[in-house]
Amino acid sequence: MEAARIGAPPAGARPAGLTERSRGERRLAWALCAPAVITMVLVTGYPIGYALYLSLQRLDLRFPTERRFVGLSNYLDVLTSSTWWEDVWNTTVITVLSVGLELVLGMAIALVMHRAIFGRGPVRAAILIPYGVVTVVAAFAWRYAFDPASGFVQGLPFVSDTAAPLTERWGSFAVIILTEVWKTTPFMALLLLAGLALVPDELHEAAKVDGANAFQRFFRITLPLMRPAILVALLFRTLDAFRVFDTVFIQTQGANGTETVSILGYNVLINRVNLGLGSAVSVLIFIFVLLIAFFFVRVLGTSTAQQRGEA
Amino acid sequence: MSSPRARLLWLIGIALVLLYALVPVVWMISLSLKPGDQLSDGNFLPQSVSLENYESIFSTTAFIKPLINSLGIAGIATAVAIGLASMAAYALSRLEFPGKTLILSGALAVAMFPPISIVGSLFDIWRAAHLYDTWPGLIIPYMTFTLPLAIYTLSAFFREIPWELEQAAQVDGATPFQAFRKVIVPLAAPGVFTAAILVFIFAWNDFIFANTLTSTDNARTVPAALAFFTGESQFEQPIGAISAAAVVVTVPIIVMVLIFQRRIVAGLTAGAVKG
Repeated sequence: MEAARIGAPPAGARPAGLTERSRGERRLAWALCAPAVITMVLVTGYPIGYALYLSLQRLDLRFPTERRFVGLSNYLDVLTSSTWWEDVWNTTVITVLSVGLELVLGMAIALVMHRAIFGRGPVRAAILIPYGVVTVVAAFAWRYAFDPASGFVQGLPFVSDTAAPLTERWGSFAVIILTEVWKTTPFMALLLLAGLALVPDELHEAAKVDGANAFQRFFRITLPLMRPAILVALLFRTLDAFRVFDTVFIQTQGANGTETVSILGYNVLINRVNLGLGSAVSVLIFIFVLLIAFFFVRVLGTSTAQQRGEA
Repeated sequence: MSSPRARLLWLIGIALVLLYALVPVVWMISLSLKPGDQLSDGNFLPQSVSLENYESIFSTTAFIKPLINSLGIAGIATAVAIGLASMAAYALSRLEFPGKTLILSGALAVAMFPPISIVGSLFDIWRAAHLYDTWPGLIIPYMTFTLPLAIYTLSAFFREIPWELEQAAQVDGATPFQAFRKVIVPLAAPGVFTAAILVFIFAWNDFIFANTLTSTDNARTVPAALAFFTGESQFEQPIGAISAAAVVVTVPIIVMVLIFQRRIVAGLTAGAVKG
């Protein structure tokens, strides 16, 4: 830090041309960024390359001597299996429903906080609680709540005394989605609240004078102006939800037709120690994530602050 | 807007949000306090309170060892990540250099990276490199996956620091080191502290790496240990033990989050949305 400070120009100064000073500044900046950049490249870039390499081989640790190059046959196996496509569908169901619910609920909470007359503090404190709860713990809490062997849900009014949602498919989906929504809505609400703060009050006043009702003002002014904030929040949450693993692992382990692509990858890689086939699943998940990010950035025009090149 | 009706609606809104946030947490605490014979009585609150579940988890190493692992691994990963990220964030927020956008986009890409895509590779590489089931084996992925979060948060905080004060202190006769220590460090500390909390929570929460890159209590952290509790203590009621362990790892984090809530909100939204 000491060296960094001495080499730095006064705040606000801009190097003109490649003077000795600006060359020094560049060298310093690269030296300061190098450890973080090298770490990120080594720990994500190298292993994904290695996964690509493994995915082209027959490599089952139960039969290590049969290791050989097999080209794209692992991909063919995955892409022609009905399990893979069922799991893609399950993951999509969980992702779309949980992100959709989070958006609506998060927007409601953000609007409530934005318009707060009093008690903004308790609301903010309350919504931060799920953020502090470990996902595995949240998954256990909801599982035990719905499990007839321990839960209180069966005893609630309007709930069947024999309800056991975690033993059937859509019930399991409902509990998994509830857990995901509970845990991550706070993040969504905070991002949307930050976006709401960017909508100028004068626009609302002007629209009010022109006779627009609250409904019109929300859909014609607030939503369009919040579009960038909403898209960024959706991008982050969609990618996050698509990787869903912890909640499903704890609540169903993929049983009852709730297996997600991450659970499939885990089962093939870790339980069946089939590194070749499992790596093909890993690479395909990576490609799906890239496609989702590409869709948001290019098709919907999502731009994060970083990409806008803020200095 | 502040008519009695609006106030009432707002009170109902606050009550709903509080209920939403608290139900699972209170439920877990309540389960953890139920004596063995009440665990399946289906009541939301315990009829009588007992600490037997806590006594049971602290009487064996099945929970204590993972708790130590969690604290050590998350703590070291946080320290390293904050160190590396502080240097990068200083350069990104204060210096002019080509490649800035590339680094920020690269960090963004890492933030979106699916961990499942590399657990197979790491499983294989770690076994060959003797990192499987060790502390460094988890510290390395944790510090890497928290770097983007730390870099964004710290850059956003560093951008707000009035760096001119440093020159002002030197003009007033402070040595460069004094100016740094007495002016810049106190100004940067809250941001660094916030970033550290966010990074720690991230590492504390991880399940997928802890589950795939460990096999024994040597490095297994609490979330992974919870998932395998059932098999290890068949003779107890695992529901009670799991609930007690869950409360032990949850309550301190919630307290910390509530104490530093303003900073955490600023940190979480920094970088993601900017006007």
